[in-house]
Amino acid sequence: MVSVNLNKAADWPYPVAYGKENEIEADILILGGGVAGCHAAISAAKRGAKVVVVDKGAVIRSGGGGAGVDHWHGACTNPCSKLTPEEMVELALYGDYRLNWEFGNGITSYILFKESYDALLDVERWGIKVRDVDDEFKGAEFRDDKTRLMFAYDYDARHCIRVVGGSGIKVAMYEEMKRLGVQIFDFIMATSLLTESGKQGSRVIGATGLNIRTGEFYIFKAGATIITTGPATGLWIFSTELIGAATSHGDPNNSGEGTAMAWQAGAELTMMEKVSPMPVSGGFAYPMYGTGNAHNTWYACTMVDAHGKEIPWVDRDGNILNTVAARYHDAPGQKAFFNGPNLPYELKSPSLIPDLPERIMKGEYVLPLYADLPSMPELERRAIWGIMIPNEGKCKIIYHTYQHAGFDPDKDMLQTNVMPPDRYFFYPYWNSMGPRQWREGSGGGGLFFDWDLKTSLEGLYVAGTATWAGGNHAGSASTGRYAARKAVAYVQNIKEAQVNRAQVDKEKERVYAPVTRKDGIGWKELRAGLARIMQDYCGEYKNEETLTMGLRWLNSIRESEASRAYARNPHELARTLECFTRLTVGEIVMNASLNRKASSKALGLNRLDYPAIDPPEWKKLITMRLENGDIKVGERPVDYQLQSPNASTYEGNYRRHCSL
Amino acid sequence: MYTKAYMVPNPMTPNQAIFIDEKLCTGCNTCVNVCRTDVLLPNPEQGKSPVVMYPDECWFGGCCVEHCPVPGAIRMEHPLNQRIGWLRKETGEYFRIGMKNPPPPNNRPPAGN
Repeated sequence: MVSVNLNKAADWPYPVAYGKENEIEADILILGGGVAGCHAAISAAKRGAKVVVVDKGAVIRSGGGGAGVDHWHGACTNPCSKLTPEEMVELALYGDYRLNWEFGNGITSYILFKESYDALLDVERWGIKVRDVDDEFKGAEFRDDKTRLMFAYDYDARHCIRVVGGSGIKVAMYEEMKRLGVQIFDFIMATSLLTESGKQGSRVIGATGLNIRTGEFYIFKAGATIITTGPATGLWIFSTELIGAATSHGDPNNSGEGTAMAWQAGAELTMMEKVSPMPVSGGFAYPMYGTGNAHNTWYACTMVDAHGKEIPWVDRDGNILNTVAARYHDAPGQKAFFNGPNLPYELKSPSLIPDLPERIMKGEYVLPLYADLPSMPELERRAIWGIMIPNEGKCKIIYHTYQHAGFDPDKDMLQTNVMPPDRYFFYPYWNSMGPRQWREGSGGGGLFFDWDLKTSLEGLYVAGTATWAGGNHAGSASTGRYAARKAVAYVQNIKEAQVNRAQVDKEKERVYAPVTRKDGIGWKELRAGLARIMQDYCGEYKNEETLTMGLRWLNSIRESEASRAYARNPHELARTLECFTRLTVGEIVMNASLNRKASSKALGLNRLDYPAIDPPEWKKLITMRLENGDIKVGERPVDYQLQSPNASTYEGNYRRHCSL
Repeated sequence: MYTKAYMVPNPMTPNQAIFIDEKLCTGCNTCVNVCRTDVLLPNPEQGKSPVVMYPDECWFGGCCVEHCPVPGAIRMEHPLNQRIGWLRKETGEYFRIGMKNPPPPNNRPPAGN
């Protein structure tokens, strides 16, 4: 036990200085020091720019990918890949809205496919073990003996690379940033963007920040600003009582500040109505990858029922696959498969039988299920438990705690959590129960951008999951380094701008309001209340009336409870400000849902008043931005990336813009 | 039996996210400064073990354990409602994290180590 007496309130351990101003100048200001932010910082610093990185957490480990990554997506320029970036982008964009799974829109997808492998080689140069240099996996089908690269999922196409030392990537990047003289501001929460003359819609010239330990205020003045913050997570459920902040949502630091502050500054957003067509992160979740499973990081583990009866794997046509090896190969005539649920036929991977829920109901398979690691071929078993689990985000601790408790993959079958049978249709079994979060992490809406990864505002760039439809570690790495190149090119020819004092003063008044009150509502109840409004009025099914009612509730909470929220120290102040951010993001999501008067499968949008699914006239991006405080709604073609003034091919646009 | 009782708020859930062994901990605060969600606070008394102030906000990333310079000084446990078990195939024994009389630890390191 700790030796401090927690039975009475102790003094705050950090020196508190609410409102004290710190002014910092930089060429490139990066908001969010996760994977995208760190790649951006290194890329910009190598080009001679003065770089500042601001993060709410500790940059050495912050961000959705801060704890690690086990497989590096889209690395199709590696010497073993059977696919070119052109082929990959066509596959990834297959289907409606160009939003399939995590590969996102055409611009970020193509940047990923062109630069993913280069970014991985950067990571290797910074000291991370990428390959099987120790020859531990010699002879494995997923290993290339010449390069010692190891591949995940599709052993034919070889576009996804297993990273042997992936859990150390953030630490290596942190050291590289320090070596290059990047100024890192840990535990500073960005609160707003500063604009020229303080006007909405004009050039972005920096940002404000709050030290979440001391309460000090920061004014960052910058030539260009890159937003790499994550999208709001945990918007639909909030209960630390039930499961802690651990598994009910993604990175708890992601409350949507980037989205909200860009919105307030007048930047154009798109796809904010998109939620996951699949349920994510139920309220009764287990640790990610921490229960027996067959997909993703666990791909393609054999599963058995309570009596040891094996659950068959099938190919995309439903034919039983008789060997473990067959689970890692393309179907005849298939170019490649991706891993994930709900993929179109062209990209469908082998999977467990799709009618598993019905067969459990009929008694053919008996719960609980187990991941039968001992029955897997030795090198596949070692790859799942020895490479993938200890390197994927938040999983190294699972490896160590489970093994410390005696778990041995050579002998033991890890149990799958027991759920109602219908929940076994969706294979990240660890998060399949309870009320749903309707969007988490990657793949949702966000900042609209062009081939320079520039937003609609001058001086504001975007990378990582802050991009609309952005996602995955390699995608964040690739877009981070690209956005930095564009931002560095931009700052060469800009005129000095002055920070608008009135804008700063107004923001300080907003930021410190909760520490002027001793009672009212605490941040946890406020956040749970906001989540309830999202769940009820903007949940699985929506209509004009529920959304309008939801907006009325949010506005009313803003006027009433939120304006009475209190904070007793800088930590609570930061959490309270996050609630205000979530309130804004909730309003954006509700307004975006109102703007699309159609249901859509790809967008996970069920409008009870517009039940027709994906009518062709709604196959477009709906955009929104603030102008003088009013919402302006617009639209863009889904393939704007290839329409005038852009070139008509991905390669053509990339060559024109990539700054390489 | 403790005879002294206090008027205090209920314990938080989860309230046992991180355990610090005070005998081993040097009070260096590395864990405090790598925690991505600022769950720990430095002890007001310098050199003493950090305070696990916000276990309800722990994301269970395990960075505090990984970066601790003293082996065994800090340990993280997933909350009781997030623990799963496993079946030893040959013997039919069922084990779980936190059980009484657990099997011996498996010390095999991850690949590449």
